[in-house]
Amino acid sequence: MLHCALLALSLIFAGMTGAARAEQPVTSFTMENGMEVVVIEDDRAPVVTHMVWYRVGAADEPPGASGIAHFFEHMMFRGSEKFPGGIASKIIGENGGQENAFTSWDYTGYFQTIASDRLELVMDLESDRMANLIINEDVATTERKVIIEERNQRTDSSPQSLFGEQMRAALWLNHPYRIPIIGWRHEILELSVEDLTAFYERFYAPDNAILVVAGDVDPKEVLALADTYYGALEPSGQPPEPRPSEPPQLAPRRIQMTDPRVRQPYVMRYYLVPTYEPEKPERSAALYLLSQVLGSGIASRFSAQLQLEEKTALSTGSFYSPVDRDATSFGIYAIPTPGTDLATVEASLDAVLAEVAANGPTEEELERIKRKLRADRIYAQDSIRSQANLYGNALAVGISVEEVQNWPDVIEAITPEDVRAATALLDLDASVTGYLEREEEITQ
Amino acid sequence: MTLLMRTIAVSFLFLWTLPAYAVDIREETSPGGITFWMVEEPTIPIVSVQISFDGGSRLDPEGKEGLTTLTVGLIDDGSGELDAVGFANARDDLAARFGFGAGRDAVSVSAQMLVETMEPAARLLATAIAVPSFDPEALERSRGRLLSGLAQQETDPNAIARKAWNAAAFPYHPYGRTATPESVSSITREDMIAALPRLINRANATVAIVGAITPDQAGDLIDTILGGITEGEPTERTWTELRATPGIAIFDTDVPQSTAIFGHSGIKRTDPDFIPAFVMNYTLGGGSFNSRLTEEVRERRGLAYSVYSYMSVRAESAGYLGSVQTANEGMAESIEVIRSEWERMAAEGITEEELEKAKKYLTGAFALRFDSNAKIANYLVFMQDQNLGIDYLDRRNGLIEAVTLEDVRRVAARVLRPDGLMITIAGRPEGIEATR
Repeated sequence: MLHCALLALSLIFAGMTGAARAEQPVTSFTMENGMEVVVIEDDRAPVVTHMVWYRVGAADEPPGASGIAHFFEHMMFRGSEKFPGGIASKIIGENGGQENAFTSWDYTGYFQTIASDRLELVMDLESDRMANLIINEDVATTERKVIIEERNQRTDSSPQSLFGEQMRAALWLNHPYRIPIIGWRHEILELSVEDLTAFYERFYAPDNAILVVAGDVDPKEVLALADTYYGALEPSGQPPEPRPSEPPQLAPRRIQMTDPRVRQPYVMRYYLVPTYEPEKPERSAALYLLSQVLGSGIASRFSAQLQLEEKTALSTGSFYSPVDRDATSFGIYAIPTPGTDLATVEASLDAVLAEVAANGPTEEELERIKRKLRADRIYAQDSIRSQANLYGNALAVGISVEEVQNWPDVIEAITPEDVRAATALLDLDASVTGYLEREEEITQ
Repeated sequence: MTLLMRTIAVSFLFLWTLPAYAVDIREETSPGGITFWMVEEPTIPIVSVQISFDGGSRLDPEGKEGLTTLTVGLIDDGSGELDAVGFANARDDLAARFGFGAGRDAVSVSAQMLVETMEPAARLLATAIAVPSFDPEALERSRGRLLSGLAQQETDPNAIARKAWNAAAFPYHPYGRTATPESVSSITREDMIAALPRLINRANATVAIVGAITPDQAGDLIDTILGGITEGEPTERTWTELRATPGIAIFDTDVPQSTAIFGHSGIKRTDPDFIPAFVMNYTLGGGSFNSRLTEEVRERRGLAYSVYSYMSVRAESAGYLGSVQTANEGMAESIEVIRSEWERMAAEGITEEELEKAKKYLTGAFALRFDSNAKIANYLVFMQDQNLGIDYLDRRNGLIEAVTLEDVRRVAARVLRPDGLMITIAGRPEGIEATR
């Protein structure tokens, strides 16, 4: 029911790693005005998912204007001259359609799921707001309040979310990935109609957008419709700009955050690591498999050591998302059992890392993970929306359709030695380790 | 201008026809005597199984709240010859996915299996639900995680407000009780062994299966999965009226934004007024950006990011509830707006235009529920559980279409009680006095 701002990245990277080789036919195409089009055919149900992804996110915001990409996502539902106010949402609803939108650091996406014979309708609505949105003071004032409530709900009510913000800000020294997607409160409050208008004009254009249509459709008809509705729009001629990049990171950072609302402390560490790069896909594949070896499921290394053997942790895990544009992070965490301190579980995580760095995973361990990923690819075909997300996300960060489809082969070729070697990419000097703990309230 | 645009849009939209969906549901009986519903969907070589066992945590004895959660949580922590790691590895080797859920009214088991390994996967699942080891170490691990989660909820405004609402609404029913550190600490392995046949047995199972599988194969697969569990007795359902004491209770929580839960009793799924009430709720607070609550609270006043209402249908009770999260200084206004929308709806019902919009959305969006095998299997279980009939998919949109303006008015007046709203708020709302 929400215009969800913060897309669950884990879903996306599960797709990237799991669902890469789709059995569904995929057609891709670039229109004259630069807009890319991907069509995924699936005729099991007379339903279509229509998505437009813009290559703009929180990492593209002007300095001091954090939150504007997400703020703008909200404004996109506020109407144009042709479809004023919330009429577009009403039209979609009356046609039995569902819609939503999401903002990440690298992209902002809008989607509708609707009966496939109504694809033209949603294209009409979506293409209209790419070019003809009305941005006025009244609407911005109300929406600013809504976004502050969204921030209250998602972030300020949750010490875990606040801790996540602090962790990111400490990991990235220079890259705007340090900014929270929803924005810092004091900057959200200052975002103006002028800021929003400039942002719209700069980034919302067909040559900065990707259309993904997935479902019971014929690619030829999709392309013809896309040409009618999106083909007529003027390109901006302004490709996305490179963002400030990270300098060499030379010192491990440590943060310690306390909050009286915390009842369960935990330790988390982010390492700065490379994302997917076309020249070195095997590097991100090895990192991905390393994350699985370390922290996916009860049989994984962290769990076996901390939860089952030492009984010092209630929960452990690791994660890696290779689908960010410029660089990304590799995360590990442990939630200690009552009476175990954070330093103890941190030391155990480090000991497991050292063991994998020395000896790597076993053949059997890695084969089991690969087998599971193969099955995940088959299961992923059951969800047409996850296929649409997979391709949209990849293209939005500069990964091609072909690269997405090759990914399973890259994964298959990774050896235990590759996974062992990937541990060298986890450099403590390029990391932040955080403790989230309870602040004891002072009783009077 | 706006009105004109709407009129144009509506007539323009009449050109489209409603989508037809082809979900061919069959009722079958396995050789072992289990009745189940299925859909053959051969496109992808996978099979989705969904099983719901009536009962769930409403069967937790007083003082043992959390028993169902712990028991179900241990199902994949070792069974038969296998320990927790052995089970996980066996499951992954068969490329199967299992899910186990402990709900208020049911224990749910879901499985996704590849056709090529479905038989051994079914045997593994059968062992897990029939003879879980309830290994003492695994129990302590699960208990630790549950206690940790409960502790974190102590400072979560949403959890605080919801728990308080349920406790007030169900003073003498398990729905009003939740797991506490004391109840969870008191649960023993013996409690779990005793609970298992009550929670998971053939008499309470509702089964659906969707995928690349024939009826004969499906029957054998289901017999395998349910082959090891006890026969059992159907769980009784005893109706209890939800008690809403009108007024506001405030639970002081040091957060910038308050959470409110509001509502009162509702109507049963089998009530002839259920469908008209469902249509009414779409307009009041169920229809997201097409609902009055979102329009008035969010779009017009910017008081909240999220506000909604819903019909809460439980096995033994029914409620009509909603929730809103608003900054402490705005909560008084949010509550006032919500109450006045409740009053307006109870007094006037909805307009012709709203009725048309609701019908178009609810009939058109129905097909979207069936875009994956897993979702279809889920819905087949729901249809059986609610006795909707195997032809319900064909009838359902007709039931919606048949709702008249007068039906909605009558039902709104019957169901909505603006003066009967019980409201619980967690936070530090300004300008609101607790009245109960």
